[in-house]
Amino acid sequence: MREILEILSENARATPTEIAALLGREVEDVAREIREMEDSGVIRKYITLVDWEKADRSYVYAVIELKVALQRNTGYDAVAERIARFSDVESVRLISGDHDISATVRGRSMKEVAFFVAEKIATLEGVQSTCTHFILKSYKEHGVILTEKPKPKRLVVTA
Amino acid sequence: MKMRMKEISALRPEAKVARKVRAMPPSGIRKFFDMVNEMDEAISLGVGEPDFVTPWHIREACIYSLEEGYTSYTSNKGMPDLRETIADHAKGWLGLDYDSEEEILVTTGVSEAVDLAFRAILDPGDEVVVPEPCYVAYVPDIMMAGGVASTVSTDSSNQFKLTPEAIECAITDRTKALLLSYPNNPTGAIMTRGDLEEIADVVVENDLLVVSDEVYDKLTYSEKHTSLAQLDGMQERVIVLNGLSKSHAMTGWRIGYVLGDPALVAAMTKIHQYTMLCAPTMAQMAAVEALSRGDEEMLKMRHEYDLRRRLFVSGLNRIGLTCFEPKGAFYAFPSVEGTGMTSAEFSEMLLNEQKVAVVPGDVFGPSGEGFLRCSYATSREELIEALDRMETFLSKRGL
Ligand SMILES: Cc1ncc(COP(=O)(O)O)c(C=O)c1O
Repeated sequence: MREILEILSENARATPTEIAALLGREVEDVAREIREMEDSGVIRKYITLVDWEKADRSYVYAVIELKVALQRNTGYDAVAERIARFSDVESVRLISGDHDISATVRGRSMKEVAFFVAEKIATLEGVQSTCTHFILKSYKEHGVILTEKPKPKRLVVTA
Repeated sequence: MKMRMKEISALRPEAKVARKVRAMPPSGIRKFFDMVNEMDEAISLGVGEPDFVTPWHIREACIYSLEEGYTSYTSNKGMPDLRETIADHAKGWLGLDYDSEEEILVTTGVSEAVDLAFRAILDPGDEVVVPEPCYVAYVPDIMMAGGVASTVSTDSSNQFKLTPEAIECAITDRTKALLLSYPNNPTGAIMTRGDLEEIADVVVENDLLVVSDEVYDKLTYSEKHTSLAQLDGMQERVIVLNGLSKSHAMTGWRIGYVLGDPALVAAMTKIHQYTMLCAPTMAQMAAVEALSRGDEEMLKMRHEYDLRRRLFVSGLNRIGLTCFEPKGAFYAFPSVEGTGMTSAEFSEMLLNEQKVAVVPGDVFGPSGEGFLRCSYATSREELIEALDRMETFLSKRGL
């Protein structure tokens, strides 16, 4: 199971046939295990890592750090889940340190992101302060170095 | 001045080359290299080294050492720090104690260590039993050392393992040593502890030394590597040669090492100090980092080789190139029997028609004839594409 997940987390398009060949297993067994993991939610979604800078449409991303008042029954969950509902928000995480919650927000322009934070996030009950960090350049995402140059070539045949 | 020129051209420099060097056969790899090199977009399964770049933490340690100014010679034997790290590593990996002062020598790759070992132990005419198919350097190195290589074949019906009977057939009263090279290049064969027990008996009975090239020891896929040195009473007889080229993707750094009896290590060190002085300092610094903190990255690379191994070996068998399961290194050694072609013919036509480069098995000794060495130290995508092209190549011939 873990081996299948590692292959899929590297390449979401790996087919059961390819995975079976890599693991020396039966295709049907691999396909069944994948289905089970999809059903039970171990596999949540297959995604594509896009370098939007290279595509013709680029987005503005920001990391928003929030200070939040703890609520008696729900802790941070109620606020965090409310924030998570906005489709502009890509991730929401409870964090340690100076702030309590960190969210990444995607928008078409800095203005759009700034207004979204001001109007929708900062005004939520329980949110005490927000701090917006616009992302200027991304060097590595999901383990992939975006600025990497091609590997130097090896000799074509060696002993 | 003119006179002088004439004298030189009459000299025929090629005739001045030493007889034993002239007698050395040119490497069969070379010819193939030239052919593949001229071809654009060939997929090469002919590369005997990792396709990974050395892990960053190792490169970074080297860069830091340069910033700190470690650019002088080190002690002939290698930096004390590195020798101690190697001793710890040998203790953890083989469970054997080697004294970092007397029983360890750091060399410029296993290549230098192979040369030193033979030069240190061979008198003119002394024989070394060499199982083949094997890595291309052993026989020439033995010749250069004034020794005689007495090759014995291994075969696919026995998973290319060395048998005690084969050694016994080759032993004469001039036999001084046995060469072992497992996990094996080019076959991917390994020797289990049980296999080695039988070899140990023959070695002791005939009072042989053993030169054991274990450079692929971390790359085994069915069981952990066993060294002959680990067997009861064998440590003093075995000169273990190892290095970081394959395990840590460090071929270009040129770091190897020797573990062995103090008298033998001292003899090798004597030659090393006059020919090499010491292994490159910055590479020694990197080796400390690799051996003390490189396991995680090493295991990741091994895991990837293992995935590719399954993919590729099952693919070869599927398209009709029968291949026994290689259990170590990163080579598959399929048979071309039944295609009506020799290894060289198959490889040359495959290259010309489908632009896939493999190395003909006979490059590694006559018993490699009928086989191809295919390295799976290349990306999955390339392996899949190479299999497709090989299948086309075979089906065009109705095979
Ligand atoms: C069996 C074997 N020994 C030794 C070497 C050379 O290793 P190094 O880079 O340590 O000189 C190789 C390289 O291909 C090899 O396959």
